[in-house]
Amino acid sequence: MGKTLAEKVWDAHIVHQASGEPDLLFIDLHLVHEVTSPQAFDGLRAANRKVRRPNLTLLTEDHNVPTQDIDKPIADLVSRAQVDALRNNAKEFGLKIFSLGNVDQGIVHVVGPQLGLTQPGMTVVCGDSHTSTHGAFGALAFGIGTSEVEHVLATQTLPLKPFKTMAITVNGKLPQGSTAKDIILAVIAKISTGGGQGYVLEYRGEAIRSLSMEGRMTICNMSIEAGARAGMIAPDETTFEYLKGREHAPKGKDWDDAVAYWKTLKTDDDAKFDAEVIIDANTLTAFVTWGTNPGQGVSIDDVVPDPNSFSDPTEKTAAERALVYMDLKAGTKMRDIKVDTVFLGSCTNGRIEDLRAAAAILKGKKVASSVRMMVVPGSAKVAIQAEHEGLPAIFKEAGADWRSAGCSMCLGMNPDKLKPGERAASTSNRNFEGRQGPGGRTHLVSPLVAAATAITGHLSTPDEIK
Amino acid sequence: MDKFLTHTGSALPLRRSNVDTDQIIPAEYLKRITRHGFEDALFKAWREDPNFVLNKPEYKGATILVAGPEFGTGSSREHAVWALMDYGFKVVLSSRYADIFRGNSGKAGLVTAEVSQDVIEKIWALIEKDANTQITVDLDKRQVKAGDLVADFQIDDYVRWRLMEGLDDIGLTLRHESKITEFEKSRPSYKPQTV
Repeated sequence: MGKTLAEKVWDAHIVHQASGEPDLLFIDLHLVHEVTSPQAFDGLRAANRKVRRPNLTLLTEDHNVPTQDIDKPIADLVSRAQVDALRNNAKEFGLKIFSLGNVDQGIVHVVGPQLGLTQPGMTVVCGDSHTSTHGAFGALAFGIGTSEVEHVLATQTLPLKPFKTMAITVNGKLPQGSTAKDIILAVIAKISTGGGQGYVLEYRGEAIRSLSMEGRMTICNMSIEAGARAGMIAPDETTFEYLKGREHAPKGKDWDDAVAYWKTLKTDDDAKFDAEVIIDANTLTAFVTWGTNPGQGVSIDDVVPDPNSFSDPTEKTAAERALVYMDLKAGTKMRDIKVDTVFLGSCTNGRIEDLRAAAAILKGKKVASSVRMMVVPGSAKVAIQAEHEGLPAIFKEAGADWRSAGCSMCLGMNPDKLKPGERAASTSNRNFEGRQGPGGRTHLVSPLVAAATAITGHLSTPDEIK
Repeated sequence: MDKFLTHTGSALPLRRSNVDTDQIIPAEYLKRITRHGFEDALFKAWREDPNFVLNKPEYKGATILVAGPEFGTGSSREHAVWALMDYGFKVVLSSRYADIFRGNSGKAGLVTAEVSQDVIEKIWALIEKDANTQITVDLDKRQVKAGDLVADFQIDDYVRWRLMEGLDDIGLTLRHESKITEFEKSRPSYKPQTV
């Protein structure tokens, strides 16, 4: 029997295999940021261990850093201490780091791909659940905890129990106004926040093939929101085209050898998935969330659901709680929900294509007076590219706030936060209670919906903008 | 890591599903660079409500958390496990866990015993009736006992063995160091390097 893409990549990285034990897998790339690593480096020091492969390790500052005044010392002393710890660990263990102000600094999941470090067939890990992003290249990429960060630093391997595989086939063509974000929000609403547990998801089908690498990254990024450790998309010409010429992409004969190998990285026709889900892209409208987990989403043309419409008692209770927290009434049209804040950015939707799409809608328009809009590029390089294209001027003229690169308002651990009771349309990945700041309320949306919503002040699609 | 064989203690009923790691510990508290001292941040937002179960005096000193399904979804922060352990929890009981949270628990020494939602409901009823109900979690037998209730639980074989022996993962892996070196030699030259 043939193998799935995930199985091929897994098998190519087995260092040690024995019955009754997890497989020991080699890790090709370890990305590290300031929040989940200090205790891991402390562990190395305590055991007098070194970093085994500094040349397969990369550090960047993203989670707790401010997105303005980055030329000044970080004002929050606790954040500053954590960033200093990362810098000191880089020095002590001889590791490459992209600090605030460096042209390559940015969100770890934007930086890896843009440097060409993320390539098909690799194993990529990071102490961050959105590491699944890198699966867009046909890499097996997943988030790990701090104990595992220490393990990878010390051994460049991880003991892992094999995952099951699930095919998510997205057939047809996306209608105008629908995006990769809407595909993944629809997938999560369909299989729920636990549906992917224990699985690697492989996204397939015509609608996936037609997506750019940026769109594919958006989809793989949110695999974790369906409970899956990883999401993957088989590499193709779009992947090779994106990688060619990037700083760390193979060159010369290495490029030819690599592409020859990458072309073998697809699920065999006779391979079997443990589960399969089919989605029709042809009818997919913009998707938005109404609740406090990413599975609580509906079409923007729909209404806030009635908790009594859920047959499962756990889901019903969760919906009741979510409506209280979100201060929403069942039956309210999603399009009637007014927001105070629009956040465009994050490792989900902070790439150049996302900024271009939003700028095209905002050009010559104004952000509603009741709304503050924050635009945060995913990396310093994305910011530079945006400058070349004149995007910041468009955002600023519309009345939006243009910031420096970082995780920003996605996770409420830097100065960019919602105030209690504030409501945001956000292109990020989590609408958990308090995720964007204590008491804040989040509706997950695509960059197109974010831009249109900024103009009207309520959840909107671009076709409403005249 | 301390060895874990069996544990008996009182339990706290957390009647919520999809308890994500942002609820277990908000990001604001992840700026600390120590591995301990996170007990004050556990369920920070929910604890502001005086009626939240963690604030009820009868559940003070509980060492077993009995939670709804999809426990530990979201962020990979191991701080969620540390916060639970710092607060005094030794065991979590749930019918479903998020993968990364469960993996982190196994590494840090928190036992995540998986039982059916039916068993969870029965234990909730018991401990809501009498908060002093003693619950025993026997990792060797993979069994949970609460009053007259005896139920088997699921936990990965290898994780169970490591917890019972209190073994350090890195030490275990380094037994295979020569194989790692061997593997490294076979890696193709087109694989990227950061420096």
